[in-house]
Amino acid sequence: MDAKNILNEARSLNKRYNFFITINESFLEEPFLKKASGKNAKPSGKNYNEKVKLISVKDNICTKGLRTTAGSKILDNYVPVFDATVIEKIKGKYGVVGKTAMDEFGFGSFSTNCAFNVPKNPLDETRTCGGSSGGGAGYTYLSKYSDSSIGESTGGSISCPAAFCSVVGITPTYGLVSRYGLIDYANSLDKIGTFGKTVKDAVKLLNHIAGYDKKDSTSIKKTKEDYEKYLGKNSKLKIGIIKEFSNGEGISKEVEKEFWNGVKKLENEGMNYDEISFSLTDVFIPTYYIIAMSEASTNLAKYSGIRYGASDELKGTFNEYFSHVRSNNFGKEAKRRILLGTFMRMAGYRNAFYIKALKIRSLIINEYKKLLKNYDVFPKFSEIEKLSPVEAYMSDLLTVGPNLAGLPMISVPVKKDRPIGMHFIADHLQENKIIQIGDFYERIR
Amino acid sequence: MKIDKELIEKVSRVARLNLHEEEKEGFLKDFKDVLEAFAKIKDIDVSNVDLSVHPIKFENVLREDKPEKSLSEKDIFLNTKHKEKRFFKGPRIL
Repeated sequence: MDAKNILNEARSLNKRYNFFITINESFLEEPFLKKASGKNAKPSGKNYNEKVKLISVKDNICTKGLRTTAGSKILDNYVPVFDATVIEKIKGKYGVVGKTAMDEFGFGSFSTNCAFNVPKNPLDETRTCGGSSGGGAGYTYLSKYSDSSIGESTGGSISCPAAFCSVVGITPTYGLVSRYGLIDYANSLDKIGTFGKTVKDAVKLLNHIAGYDKKDSTSIKKTKEDYEKYLGKNSKLKIGIIKEFSNGEGISKEVEKEFWNGVKKLENEGMNYDEISFSLTDVFIPTYYIIAMSEASTNLAKYSGIRYGASDELKGTFNEYFSHVRSNNFGKEAKRRILLGTFMRMAGYRNAFYIKALKIRSLIINEYKKLLKNYDVFPKFSEIEKLSPVEAYMSDLLTVGPNLAGLPMISVPVKKDRPIGMHFIADHLQENKIIQIGDFYERIR
Repeated sequence: MKIDKELIEKVSRVARLNLHEEEKEGFLKDFKDVLEAFAKIKDIDVSNVDLSVHPIKFENVLREDKPEKSLSEKDIFLNTKHKEKRFFKGPRIL
């Protein structure tokens, strides 16, 4: 294989689909390509080491020397001077082809809230890739050379684009993968995960990036696990289906039909399911958005036009200068979330919003934990359309619950090349179960 | 709770964002819609419930107080235009 083909493919797909914000044009100079012999041998595309796999990386993950924008104009010219831990972990095993398109800072569910180009769905160019990790999911579906990608989810940003682009998406337990070097949206919700053409591809990449990291104080200390060993298993898991979602309003008939077809296939293979009730689904969306916006508003306070990111001529006082740079460079949705988040943390409102949401999160986690004592996995479906802010936020109903609770989840296409995902959720650190059932479902669908 | 233009102006000052009139009107409408939709949380009883700052419980993690290698001076200033000698240069304070 000639590595030049990989770059050419990325460029040509990008021209048509806008999957990338930045293509790694120095790709052919990467150390892993230096297989040529001789003292003065230069890296050449023809010397591509086929043991090194190719991946794309969401553009909110810092890559040393490679522009990283988080999909925002305020970081348009930002070139990190360090690698995120996940990038350090894949060195020598995976090469990075480019940084993929996303909603600004992850603020969106459809990859349409982009400061740069909007990525197009690989199955139908008139539709969206889903978001916020849309570019990575779309590229993984179409690329001949790359079978996996690093994404990130705050409230569904891996499961949603995985479903829309008909690829597999794994969102691990909160804290399983280091967030060091991730440009934060909401610290207590953000999780780095993977996309794959198949469950196996997504699992292989997860194996490399999971594990404790002392640079992240929310990283879980646990023995390293080989997730590939859960592939190919036929053990029967007990399935719980949350009624409030499976019979929910606002779900298209076609999606609902495909979901139940998928459940029936699992049932035919001997996996039993019960329909169960979750009492707090009505408050998933407000609880999630109050916490996410509150955290986002503090995280975005660091963009002040001095040390990195967009800047301008130093005019006026500190506050005047910061406000000027921030107002000119944040998009509308970022401003909306900063304002709402700031409000919900302000004296007089904090207890009614932010603190209350953190308490409701405890109730949601407890309810999931209680139900997951009796069931191994919960399947759901992941699915969209011009929406008001409230309508757009409501569209996240199916994914924010497990994200609030930090539970691991996998989205597997209901059928090959169908933009609907079968979504399985398990208890904390039970990646084994979501991988087992995801892989099993992929084989029998 | 009164949601009006004064509130939007106050919040935007705290958040260091300058809004023009059209934006203020738009965000005022968004505030009303979003906060109305989020009002559902009022009905949930959370007496005697602890907060979950994270989805998983973490102990406070502190590293040993030992000096470690950090970024070089060149790297620290690589992304700024506002540098003077070995310092970041900021706007005036007052």
